[in-house]
Amino acid sequence: MSATPPAALAGAPPRSPRPYWQGDRLFRATTRAAACGLLGLALAMGLLLTLAARPSIDAFGWRFLISSAWNPVTAQFGALTAIVSTLLSTAIALAVALPVALGVALFLEEICPAPLRSPFAMAIELLAAIPSIVYGMWGLFVLAPLMADHVQPALQATAGRLPLVGRLVAGPPMGIGMLTAGLVLGLMILPFIASVSRDVLAMVPQALKESAYGMGATPWEVVRDVMLPYGRQGLFAAGILGLGRAIGETMAVTFVIGNAHRLSASLFAPGNSIASTLANEFTEADGDLYFAALIELGLILFVITFFILGALQLWLRRLERGQGGR
Amino acid sequence: MIDPLTRRRLTNRAVMVLASGAAALGLTMLLWILTDVARQGAMALNWDFFTKLPPPPGMAGGGLANALVGTLAMTLLAAAIAIPMGLACGTYLAEVGRGRLAGAVRLVNNCLVSAPSIVVGVFVYLLLVKPFGHFSGYAGAVSLAILMVPVITRTTEEMLGLVPTALREAALAIGSPQWRLTVEILFRAARSGLITGILLATARVAGETAPLLFTALNSPYWTRSLAKPTANLTVTLFNYAMSPYDDWRSLAWGAALLITGAVLAASITARLLLRDGRG
Repeated sequence: MSATPPAALAGAPPRSPRPYWQGDRLFRATTRAAACGLLGLALAMGLLLTLAARPSIDAFGWRFLISSAWNPVTAQFGALTAIVSTLLSTAIALAVALPVALGVALFLEEICPAPLRSPFAMAIELLAAIPSIVYGMWGLFVLAPLMADHVQPALQATAGRLPLVGRLVAGPPMGIGMLTAGLVLGLMILPFIASVSRDVLAMVPQALKESAYGMGATPWEVVRDVMLPYGRQGLFAAGILGLGRAIGETMAVTFVIGNAHRLSASLFAPGNSIASTLANEFTEADGDLYFAALIELGLILFVITFFILGALQLWLRRLERGQGGR
Repeated sequence: MIDPLTRRRLTNRAVMVLASGAAALGLTMLLWILTDVARQGAMALNWDFFTKLPPPPGMAGGGLANALVGTLAMTLLAAAIAIPMGLACGTYLAEVGRGRLAGAVRLVNNCLVSAPSIVVGVFVYLLLVKPFGHFSGYAGAVSLAILMVPVITRTTEEMLGLVPTALREAALAIGSPQWRLTVEILFRAARSGLITGILLATARVAGETAPLLFTALNSPYWTRSLAKPTANLTVTLFNYAMSPYDDWRSLAWGAALLITGAVLAASITARLLLRDGRG
C-alpha cells in the first residue's frame, strides 16, 4: 500500500475563487470511470458465470457440491471429484513448496555471501516468470517417466508396506497422477513464494537482529525468535498467495494429472482438478446441462479464489490499521 | 552429555545446512527445467521453424510461423487495450480516489491479479465467443488484456506512490492543474517503473495458455484476420505436446524454448530498466 499523504494532498480540489479547471474534472472522471470499469469487470464475471451456470444450478442445486457423479451420457454432474482433486493437488504443492521456499528465503537473507545475493534473488524472480505451460510440459516429458520408473516403485517398496499409508501409494505406477501434479505445481509456485518470503524477511529491522546477536544468539536462534515472529503475518500471506496461484493453475496441472473423474485414496491415481476439467472438456461439451455444469465448476473456482484472496486482503488491512502509527 | 552451548551450535549448523540444502534443491530443480527446455528446444529451432506452417501429423519439417504471428498480434492488441486502462486505474488509486470506492477497487484488483486465468477464458467465451458463434483472435486478445490490467494497475499505483510529495506540492503551488501534474511530472518521474510494470505484465500474458483455449482456439493456417480462430504458440504447444507424433512434440519443445526465452528476456530488460532508472 502506498502512503496516503500525497494522494490526500493532490486530490484536494484547489480552493480558488475561479471555477476549477475543466481538465481536472475530466481527468478525475476518466480515471474514476476506469476504476469503476475494473469493479464492473469483476462483477460482470461473477454475474455472467452465474447466469450461464443456471441450468446446472437449477438441476442439481446444492447436491452439485457433494456429488461425485460426472457422466455426460446420463447427464448427471457433480463437482466433488474436481473440488477434492483441486484441493489435494494444491495441498501437496504447498507441502512441498513452503518448506523449500522458506529455506531458499533464509539462505538468501542469512547465509548467502553478499555479492551473490542479488544475482541469486534475481534468478529466483526470473524463474517465477517462466510460463506455467513450460512447467507442465517438463512434468509430462521428464518428471513423469522418472516418477514411473524410479520414485513410485521405490515409494511402493517402502511406504507401500505400511498399513494405512500403503493405500496412499497403491495402484500402478503410471507416472502421471495426483502426486506428480502436486509436485509440478509445487515447483511452479516455489520461486513465487520464495521471493515474497524473502521480501518479508528483508523487512526485519537490522537493529532487532543485531540486539539478538548481541545477546549471544546463534543465527538460527535469531531466525527462530526474531525474524520468523516478526515476519509471521507476511509469511502467512506469502503462503496464501501461493495457494491462490496453485488452486486455479491450469496448464501445469492438465499435462500431468491424468484426467480421470474418479475419487481414489491413492496419490498415484489420476484425478481431474477444476481447471484441468475445464481445459479438457469445455470446447467439447455437447448438451446444455454438460456445458452449464462446466461453467458452474468455473464459478466455484472463481468464488473460492476471490473468497480466499479477499479475506487475506481484509485481514492484512486490519493488521495495517492495528499497527497504524508504525 | 553435550553442554548447552555445543547443542545450540550444532542445532544452528544443522538448520543452516538444511536451508542451504533447500536453496540448492530449489535452484537445481529449476535449472534442470531450464536446461531441458533449452536442450530439447534448440534442436527444434531452425529457419523453417520461424518461416513455415505446421506440418501435417507425422510429417517432418515445417514450423510455427503462423502461431508466432498470431501470438504477437494478440499480445500487442491486448497491450493496446490494457495499458491505458491499467494506467488510468492505477492513477485513480494513487492520485484521485479516496475512501470506500478506492478501497473496494484496490481489494478487487488484488483479487483479480490472482484470478484463475482459465476462468477469465470462460468469461470471455461467454461474452465474446458464444454470442458471435465463433472463436476469434479478438476474444483471445481481450482475455489477455483482462489478465494484464490488474497487474499494470498495481504497479502503476506502487510506482506513483514512490514519487516524492514535494514534486506534487511544487507543481500545485505554481498553479498546475492536477492532470498536467500527473501526466507531465508524475508519469515522467515514475517512467522507468511504469515501463517495467507494463513489460512484466506483457511478458506474463505472452506465456498464458488457459485463457486462449476457449477464445482464440488455434488454427493450422495463417491468420488473415483476428475475427477468426487465431493460431498461437501456447495452445499449439499444448496440442502438440499432448499429440503422439514425435515431430509435433519436437516443435512443441521449440515453442517452449521460444516462449521461455522471450519471457525471460522481457523480464531481464524490465529489471535492468528499473535499476538504471533508479540509479
